[in-house]
Amino acid sequence: MVTPTDTARPPSTGTATVLETEGVTKSFGGVQALRGVDFHLAEGEIHALVGENGAGKSTLIKVLTGVHRPDEGSVRFAGREVEFHRPAEAQRAGISTIYQEVNLVPLLSVARNIFLGREPRTRFGLVDTAAMNRRAAELAGSLGVDIDVTEDLGRLGLGAQQMVALARAMSVDSRVVIMDEPTSSLEAREVATLFEVARNLAGRGVGLVFVSHRLDELWELCDRVTVLRDGQLVHAGPMAELDRVNLVAHMLGREVADVVRGGTTEFGDTHRRDREPVLAVTGLDVRKRLHDVAFTVRPGEVVGLGGLLGSGRSETVKAVYGALPVRAGTVSVDGRPVRANSVRHALRSGVALLSEDRKAEGIVPDLSVRDNIALAVLPRFSRAGLVAERRIDALVDTFVRRLRIKAAGPHQKVRELSGGNQQKVLMARWLCTEPRVFLLDEPTRGIDVGAKAEVQALIDELAEQGLAVVLISSEMDELVEGADRIVVLRDGTVERELSGELLTSAALLAALAGAGAGSEEHDDE
Amino acid sequence: MTATTAAPEHLPGSGRARLARLAQRQGALVILVAAVLVSTFVFDSFGTAGNLTNIALQASFLAVVALGMTFVIMSGGIDLSVGSVFALGGVLAAWGAQHGTWAALLVPLTVCGAIGLVQGLVIARGGLPPFIVTLAGLLFARGLLLLISDEGATTYKVPAGSAFRELAQGGFLGIGYPIWIVLAAFAAGGLVLHRTSYGSTVLAVGGQEDAADLMGLPVARTKLVTYTMSGVLAGFGGLLMASYTSSGVTVLGVGMELEVISAVVLGGTLLTGGAGTVLGSLVGVLLLQVIRNVINQVGSLNSNWQAVISGTILLIVVTVQRWLATVERR
Amino acid sequence: MSEQVAAPPRPAAPEPRRGRRFDADWIRRNGVYVALVVLLAINVVITDNFVSEGTLRLQLIQVTPVLIVALGMALVIGTEGIDLSVGAVMAIAAALIPLYIGYGTAVAIGMAVLAGGISGALAGTLVGRIGVQPIIATLGIMVAGRGLANLFGGEIKSIRDPGIVALGSESLLGVPYVVLIAAAVAASVWFLVRRSTFGRELVAIGGNKRAAELAGLPVRRVLTTTYVICGLLAALAGVLLAARSQASDPTKVGLLVELSAITAVVIGGTPLSGGQVRIAGTIAGALLMQLITATLIFHDIPDSTAQIAQAVIVVAAVYVQLGRRKAKS
Repeated sequence: MVTPTDTARPPSTGTATVLETEGVTKSFGGVQALRGVDFHLAEGEIHALVGENGAGKSTLIKVLTGVHRPDEGSVRFAGREVEFHRPAEAQRAGISTIYQEVNLVPLLSVARNIFLGREPRTRFGLVDTAAMNRRAAELAGSLGVDIDVTEDLGRLGLGAQQMVALARAMSVDSRVVIMDEPTSSLEAREVATLFEVARNLAGRGVGLVFVSHRLDELWELCDRVTVLRDGQLVHAGPMAELDRVNLVAHMLGREVADVVRGGTTEFGDTHRRDREPVLAVTGLDVRKRLHDVAFTVRPGEVVGLGGLLGSGRSETVKAVYGALPVRAGTVSVDGRPVRANSVRHALRSGVALLSEDRKAEGIVPDLSVRDNIALAVLPRFSRAGLVAERRIDALVDTFVRRLRIKAAGPHQKVRELSGGNQQKVLMARWLCTEPRVFLLDEPTRGIDVGAKAEVQALIDELAEQGLAVVLISSEMDELVEGADRIVVLRDGTVERELSGELLTSAALLAALAGAGAGSEEHDDE
Repeated sequence: MTATTAAPEHLPGSGRARLARLAQRQGALVILVAAVLVSTFVFDSFGTAGNLTNIALQASFLAVVALGMTFVIMSGGIDLSVGSVFALGGVLAAWGAQHGTWAALLVPLTVCGAIGLVQGLVIARGGLPPFIVTLAGLLFARGLLLLISDEGATTYKVPAGSAFRELAQGGFLGIGYPIWIVLAAFAAGGLVLHRTSYGSTVLAVGGQEDAADLMGLPVARTKLVTYTMSGVLAGFGGLLMASYTSSGVTVLGVGMELEVISAVVLGGTLLTGGAGTVLGSLVGVLLLQVIRNVINQVGSLNSNWQAVISGTILLIVVTVQRWLATVERR
Repeated sequence: MSEQVAAPPRPAAPEPRRGRRFDADWIRRNGVYVALVVLLAINVVITDNFVSEGTLRLQLIQVTPVLIVALGMALVIGTEGIDLSVGAVMAIAAALIPLYIGYGTAVAIGMAVLAGGISGALAGTLVGRIGVQPIIATLGIMVAGRGLANLFGGEIKSIRDPGIVALGSESLLGVPYVVLIAAAVAASVWFLVRRSTFGRELVAIGGNKRAAELAGLPVRRVLTTTYVICGLLAALAGVLLAARSQASDPTKVGLLVELSAITAVVIGGTPLSGGQVRIAGTIAGALLMQLITATLIFHDIPDSTAQIAQAVIVVAAVYVQLGRRKAKS
């Protein structure tokens, strides 16, 4: 194995390739995750890596960072062929990775987190706390982040924690920083800071790989883009030369004309809105999160909940569903009050919640597709403590077909399905309960573009059938096109409501803008 | 703060939350101080210097073992083998004492360290759950002990006049060496936790092992060191006991692992890993020992009450810990 | 019987990588049965008088307490929990028998089983409602429970009650009562896991507790009930053990049984990480552990070697199981 040392670095030229793969192939148990991928990252560039779920992005990153070794092909770093056996080796060589979930130690101080494993030592071999804190403060300062480095990391917000992760990457003098969906849990303002820091790093000659499902961000930040599909490289080139439609076309492998025709979402026209509200929420109050939130949803209507992260969108639907302790306020379905703080009563009243965290709050990975779908109706489909298997089989069969869930069969374990199909399983779970109100928290996050379109179409279909839908989405297009009305939240209160003429991206942006501008629009159509 | 998307810049540091955090960390200390004060007033013989040093001395054997367990639990693991390894260490020390003081020290530490190392290897490299591996270690160490003691029939004696006896029976400034050793060991333990890379890595591994691995931290090596140290310290505790009793008692240490785990948890180390204090474990050990001592003071009480009370206190403390955690989160 | 959930007819959908996964998965699922058969075969060859009614019957009788405890443990482990208090509960149950035998056989047994239920309810409340980690909650109960058992019992007491004696030593159609009871318990637990709503909920909670909560499942009730069942079964095991030995010795009854039971469950293929319960595997695991002990005794292998052998077997068995899981993930 060859690991380049610091002394072996060629002078920074700004265009030299720092990290590249040549014909990298990797398969897992017969499934080809990567097929002969050539990837090139130049010094000082911010490189977008995009593709549907399962396109091979994660595998490529894991090959680059020493988690996996390629079956075929080679990885060249700083002009030398390298073979990393463990993440530690890649990191020592100068390749840092920042993951979606913040991977640091909450109970240690910021400074100790930054220098974790590489602390400055005194001559007795102990950690030199003073020097460590000083250097950490310098580092944070150079990133333009104002934090107390002696504070426990766990007491900082997620955005600040992400900055600490970046500071950590910088402290090792990384020449390559890979950011795997770093923005997915950040607020707009934090995203802006993160981007500033990223540009700052690029300015110093560091090569950055940026992965994000938020397409808007790519044009804002990235210089070049590599698109993967089915483990193959399908496009590589400057970001500016690619518009949104073509990017999606590359990711999907469809004709550009198809994409344009469908818009970027699968939502249809507005729905009927002349009936009495099904869901009525008044004065909802959750300690430190929501104050006096009120809105209504009519049958057949899709009401969007807009707002930046932290505005209380997820908290609102969770509180409605009884999954978050409520201090005050009423929720009623069809005029009948729903007991607060009781998921079971909410379910019985006809409310269903598709949670945004599919892994932690949704699927039971080791159970079958069938048992996952039937989970919420289990108490209902039982007689004398026994499961009514036949009725469940019939129900599951119906939904697997209706939602076109792609599984080897109802008895395949859910963990083996793709993200999109897992999401459909969860939608089926809630539809089984025959809800009157369906709360959807980021229903299309983290699933591939094809499944996304199907889910969007399904939401439309459900509304047409008379379901009252509440839709949360971080994607402005999805919200504007999918919702009949948008209730915009800010700091846990209802800021305003958009409907009719005002239901446009521009108006939504304006409504959100008070708390600091959201991301720019990059609709190149 | 896992299930929320909204993350305020700083979590609330309200007075109540701060108090809850303090109670979480120092709860055992408060109970210990209260127990000592009350006992001093209630029982004439409790507060005497003789009795207090006796408590400290009796606690020192358990304390040494608890120090190793603290790091194991902080790393997200558990070590059920310490009771057996403790007994094995004692028997090996007494056996080794026949061949000189050095043998009495080195043989148990080497063998017990090796057992810890092998357990660490199987856990870190083989990826087996610590619970199962150290359960097997419990059987293995006990089997080894029986093997070298003719199936438990032979109890080795430390020869009279052996310097090895001095280790636990002697003292300095009227305080037994074991107490000094424990103080030194815990000071070193605190230094290791707070002022070395290894210390932070233990917490990182215990907090989120996958993350620690992806961050390039030496996860496997850290676990190896942790379990090896736990073995060495358990063996050392047994060695001290052998020196104290001048013999290698074969039936010691049964159920000790559970007592040690109780002490560590009482001291505020979370069994989920990623958090804890070294000093807390010492407090936990002392608390258990004070309870035992008080039960003995009350002559009429059956000694089985000691188990009942220790168990009940453990349940109360963990219940309060849970409650405090919810207060803190609000 | 090795699948953990009921399987109605499987549609003829192609299963990818079936052939390749066959070996590893097959060993994981069925290794315990293979080991059991192999060990039986070895004993048939090398142990004198192994194939005799007396020997086999004795093995079955001896395995019953551990088996019954292991069945309850399997449920608890299925919820991603653990119950260390089972040994202490056995001891309490055994200690209560002589105390209440004056009121009649049924009352004595009833009180013993009730004590198990109360202990289980305490563990279930701590784990299910308060949220204490199972290992710590049951550790506390174990320590306190053993002390209580000693306070109740104090010393070895022999039991002369004809009902209890009959329970421990008589047979129906040549099958000892204790074995019949163990078989009935096994069948009931199997039915509970495979067919009942409770069982399905238990497995889902073990697999993803938060998801189960959000799906409106009665998580607290299921968790509490699981520990109550485990406590009841442990108490039953204590009663049967006391009946068989016609004595109760709270310092000895159920000592380290938690470890044997956990080992049996894990060797039988139920992962400690919860979300699955394998009843047949647990039974085979308990039988295997019993047979290993018996084999070593038959051949006068000293305790020391026996324990070392058991240690190696436990690690090897779990390695075979987990090695595959790890490779898969």
